Amino acid sequence: MTTVEDRKALVQEVLDAYPEKAQKRRSKHLNVAEEGASDCGVKSNKKSVPGVMTTRGCAYAGAKGVVWGPVKDMIHISHGPVGCGYYSWSGRRNYYIGTTGVDTFGTMQFTSDFQERDIVFGGDKKLAKLIDELEILFPLSKGTTIESECPVGLIGDDIEAVARTKNKEYGKPVVPVRCEGFRGVSQSLGHHIANDTVRDWVLPKADEYRELPDGFEPSPYDVNIIGDYNIGGDAWPSRKLLEDMGLRVIAQFSGDGTFNEVVMTPLAKLNLIHCYRSMNYICRFMEEKYGIGWLEYNFFGPTQIAKSLRKIAAQFDETIQAGAEQVIAENQARMDEIIAKYRPRLEGKTVMMMVGGLRPRHVIPAFEDLGMKVIGTGYEFGHGDDYKRTADYVKEGTVIYDDVSGYEFEEFAKQLNPDLIAAGIKEKYVFQKMALPFRQMHSWDYSGPYHGYEGFEVFARDMDLAINNPTWGLINAPWNE
Amino acid sequence: MTDTVDNTQNIPAPEPGKIQDHFDLFQNDEYQDLFAYKRQFEGAHSSNKVAEVAEWTKSWDYREKNFAREALTVNPAKACQPLGSLFVASGFEGTLPYSHGSQGCVAYFRTHLTRNYKEPFQAVSSSMTEDAAVFGGLNNMKQGLENAYTLYKPKMIALCTTCMAEVIGDDLGGFVATAKNEGHIPQELPVPWAHTPSFVGSHITGYDNMLKAILKTLTKDKKAETTNGKFNFNLGFDPYVGNIRELKRILGLFGIDYTILSDNSDTFDSPNTGEFKMYNGLTTLEETADSINAEGTFFFQTYTTPKTQELIAKDWEQKTYNFRPFGIKGTDEFLMNLSAITGKPIPQELQQERGRAVDALTDSQAWIHGKRIALYGDPDHVFNLTQFLLETGAEPVHIVVTNSNEEFEAEIRELLTNSPYGQEATVWGKKDLWHLRSLLFTEPVDLLIGNSYGKYLWRDTHTPLVRIGYPIFDRHHMHRYPTLGYQGAINLFNWIINTILDELDRQTIVPAKTDISFDLIR
Repeated sequence: MTTVEDRKALVQEVLDAYPEKAQKRRSKHLNVAEEGASDCGVKSNKKSVPGVMTTRGCAYAGAKGVVWGPVKDMIHISHGPVGCGYYSWSGRRNYYIGTTGVDTFGTMQFTSDFQERDIVFGGDKKLAKLIDELEILFPLSKGTTIESECPVGLIGDDIEAVARTKNKEYGKPVVPVRCEGFRGVSQSLGHHIANDTVRDWVLPKADEYRELPDGFEPSPYDVNIIGDYNIGGDAWPSRKLLEDMGLRVIAQFSGDGTFNEVVMTPLAKLNLIHCYRSMNYICRFMEEKYGIGWLEYNFFGPTQIAKSLRKIAAQFDETIQAGAEQVIAENQARMDEIIAKYRPRLEGKTVMMMVGGLRPRHVIPAFEDLGMKVIGTGYEFGHGDDYKRTADYVKEGTVIYDDVSGYEFEEFAKQLNPDLIAAGIKEKYVFQKMALPFRQMHSWDYSGPYHGYEGFEVFARDMDLAINNPTWGLINAPWNE
Repeated sequence: MTDTVDNTQNIPAPEPGKIQDHFDLFQNDEYQDLFAYKRQFEGAHSSNKVAEVAEWTKSWDYREKNFAREALTVNPAKACQPLGSLFVASGFEGTLPYSHGSQGCVAYFRTHLTRNYKEPFQAVSSSMTEDAAVFGGLNNMKQGLENAYTLYKPKMIALCTTCMAEVIGDDLGGFVATAKNEGHIPQELPVPWAHTPSFVGSHITGYDNMLKAILKTLTKDKKAETTNGKFNFNLGFDPYVGNIRELKRILGLFGIDYTILSDNSDTFDSPNTGEFKMYNGLTTLEETADSINAEGTFFFQTYTTPKTQELIAKDWEQKTYNFRPFGIKGTDEFLMNLSAITGKPIPQELQQERGRAVDALTDSQAWIHGKRIALYGDPDHVFNLTQFLLETGAEPVHIVVTNSNEEFEAEIRELLTNSPYGQEATVWGKKDLWHLRSLLFTEPVDLLIGNSYGKYLWRDTHTPLVRIGYPIFDRHHMHRYPTLGYQGAINLFNWIINTILDELDRQTIVPAKTDISFDLIR
């Protein structure tokens, strides 16, 4: 059998464990990549099957945890009961510079801590009062977002009305985000909802809110970094690359970003988008409304970095193109050195990935720069356009799993026996108990940055230490061998 | 104060070829310049303004405004009900925790528990979405139970709810019965269910609700004519798996036959053998069913399990006992009563251990006597720590309990009033860690005891932090150690006293300035 047939048989074998109805639903989300296909042959962005242990989160996680949460000088209220804000408190390592609790609030948790009476009588009055209290205690905040949790949408609160009133009262933005966890099928709708609030509640008043830097003159080289959440500091090496090639980054939205940067965005000439999944909506809107083009880039690993820098540079004049070439040339030696050091230790090692956003495809070339092979990949909450893009990245025979269940992931890993699994915290220790080396691909396992040339050095080091650490060799007791 | 030590002055140039990650990369000049350049686009307040407001947040004026809050909660020290439900359910044999409602919640619970223990935590959801909000979650529950049962083959499914299911009013008992009657899961599969809305109580409430449901379900019609000669033990929402193991060791030394309700020590600390085992709960369903016939049940967390205790005392008509085997006196009291209740003498080995623990306390007493302490956490956790601190001569000053209640506050006030070391203490019920920040600035203390979130208070106020509680995300393996019994007292004391000594070193490490006191021997 060919690899493709072999792996299709494996997919079928795994599916056989399901009850009929669930099997039918799950069968559309599992497949094997074939040469020359325009997508990965899987359905996506559908409801998760109940009871199978999806890894997905909710709209609130997408809106508060991903898109709005990193805007560092605003206060993001987890509006509703205490849990959602508690579990997502400081969970994503969106690095930022600022004095927390004074002019920035990223690693704090603000909640209306709903009690039974708030469910019965509604929470709008409490919300209004809460915003008053924020103004007293955190006068330097640049605004507020209200991320509603499940009960808020079910009891019919009017958070928009509260937002309008308080916006008028304080002259600061108050953005109501209807991201109740039951909306949509995953985090993904939360990204979209959050993007829409930028469109509806922020950008229309951007000129009014914006504070321009002293002596600011528009430049043809002005760009925004969109959808880099600065996990482990990722956005900073990215920014540095762009600045080194001669561009001017006028906004980061949202990693290490401020509200002012959000309203700076319409002034740019080009939106450079890292996480397409979570931020394409606002880029499309800005294209339509302001004529700002957008471009996806990939700063994982030297091959893609060079490709992306050239692609970006092609949008600008020769100065920038020369700048890009210079940046690439300047980093060549250190990249060669890193690859010379780590590739022999990693050559031929196989990887199974499962992440969100863009990483299930974008990280593949970084592994390949190290001589590693990705034999399985999938998204927690990808859509059809993600899988289309993935087809360009994967090799024939790669197992594709959309919204993989705990059961499927374990079975695939048992059969394919990769050298490394790269997924999230909930999966990490399942596989480590199976003696499979693992790296978290959401949080970089508390390491990072992984973006840019400096980031690739860290990435290479981390993949090596994950796979080649001697502790894996201790798992089997000698008397059992 | 730690800020007297400026470690940033002489950052050595990176060695060529050394890979720099976030710890050092961003301290380089080129990144410091990048940050400075970026600032112009940020619409940032002036550094002076930020400094001025930062200073104001340390003041009494700010404290008064902070304590006038009525609607806003900032940095609370409590989670929500289902976390406790999943935690307790996972200690039963072959049990799959199931969260009925929207699916994001269970992703958060699993993440949170996994981050604390560095262990897999398996639980499922019925993945309800907008249509279920309109039509109810019955279909999701039927499918969810069937799929979970077929794929994961649990011996029990322990079902709790999210806010969504509660607000729309799903009928759990009816749904489970329907799922069974329609053949989605076997009739005989135990599916205890508990209502666990996050807008009522906290994670400890959810612990209680789920445990009560499990016990009610498994003990139905199991009451026998005679007792089984065993005792039940419940540790409550106790994050230290070492405590369950220590308790079992103590009971083994006594020769007491017991059932731990629930024993999740292997769930959160399973051996790595190269094989992933999904279920590691150690309390068997059979012994749980028989727990109704025990001689009595011991509870170690009075305020976590009131409903379960009521069930056992009233419905089961079983004797229940509340003890706090933490610190010296708490352990003494437990052991003496255990001896009296069971008629078995206190084992010699434990008597020896008591002597060693007390010896440890007396060895270090000079370093802790009179130390002013702030602490926070769940009611029973805080009570136990307070009792222990008082017996070492430390002085609890700020005691913050976000998920507090009146009975607890009355009990701990009595404890404090009766100790010469408790006179400075204030119990701050229903307050959060932002309140505590004001307390630490306006009335400074020597030491802070709390979970990992306390590190932000450490950074802001320079109060050294001893990590005791849940969650602990930024230190490894703490949960493996017992805090219970005499051995546990030694561990607690070790963490506390050596944090004090570490802090002294940090304060005295500046050459030719503070290092006159950088002593080799302390």
